[in-house]
Amino acid sequence: MKMKVIVTPKAAVLDPQGAAVREAMQHLGMPEVREVRIGKYLEIELAGDGAEVESRLHELCRDLLSNPVIEDYRLEKGDAPQ
Amino acid sequence: MKFAVIQFPGSNCDQDCLAALRGLDGAQGEYVWHKETSLEGCDAIVVPGGFSYGDYLRCGAIARFSPIMASVVEKARAGMLVIGICNGFQILCEAGLLPGALVRNRSLRFVCEMATMRVEVANSPFTIGCAEGTLLRLPVAHGEGCFFADKKTLGELNANRQVLLRYADANGKIVPEANPNGSLENIAGICNRERNVFGLMPHPDRACEERLGSADGAMIFRSMMQAFADARTRAA
Repeated sequence: MKMKVIVTPKAAVLDPQGAAVREAMQHLGMPEVREVRIGKYLEIELAGDGAEVESRLHELCRDLLSNPVIEDYRLEKGDAPQ
Repeated sequence: MKFAVIQFPGSNCDQDCLAALRGLDGAQGEYVWHKETSLEGCDAIVVPGGFSYGDYLRCGAIARFSPIMASVVEKARAGMLVIGICNGFQILCEAGLLPGALVRNRSLRFVCEMATMRVEVANSPFTIGCAEGTLLRLPVAHGEGCFFADKKTLGELNANRQVLLRYADANGKIVPEANPNGSLENIAGICNRERNVFGLMPHPDRACEERLGSADGAMIFRSMMQAFADARTRAA
């Protein structure tokens, strides 16, 4: 089974990287850009599947892959975007 | 008093910590490799700075699962004094021993300079050697030292007087210009509610001798020794 984890900074957390990239995009001729938030994307390949594996993966998303104090995560099934 | 200095792969201030401790009368220090599981025989724990596990994923995120950390958590919960410096602070937050988190510096720059901070609380085991308002000069060296906590947590930290150090200017004023990393409310160091676990981004370990530019760091380690001795006297 393949899973994707997307980790994003919480709205209340300042994202200076995102702000720097937003400014660069605006300088490069895209004044429409209002906000950029930078997170992390993980592709995970698992030997097993099923609800039990998924629930353990959720647990690790909370404990290791994201820090709930500053980040939210989303767990999705499927292959990486091509 | 025997300090255990935890070594993770990527720790790089472990030697600074040990050298600083060995320069203090009455302090002993010894390294404990992160794969160890016991902290028996030690009286306090130092989680040093560096880049444990290359700061992969998040600073401190992987180190907090090292085998020794179960023992660190257990000792901390039992009341042992624990100090986390720089990466050590990040590890203690990740481990849930301290509230909040350290995120990328607001400037996006790695800051490496001498900083000034004000002692906000003088009755903690880490600051009993300093009067409230004392200014300490300690070096900072980090890319991810911007303290963040949600509003509720920040309110609790203030209400319980858990903020022990704030970045200040030379006059002791808590101003944005004195803040090297964008930390909320200029927070440089906090302790847990029980006041036996302390995390700070500045490096007392790099400032225990005048020839290093400041000896103010020794006040923090000496406070720990004083607190330890006082607790022993009370128990006797």
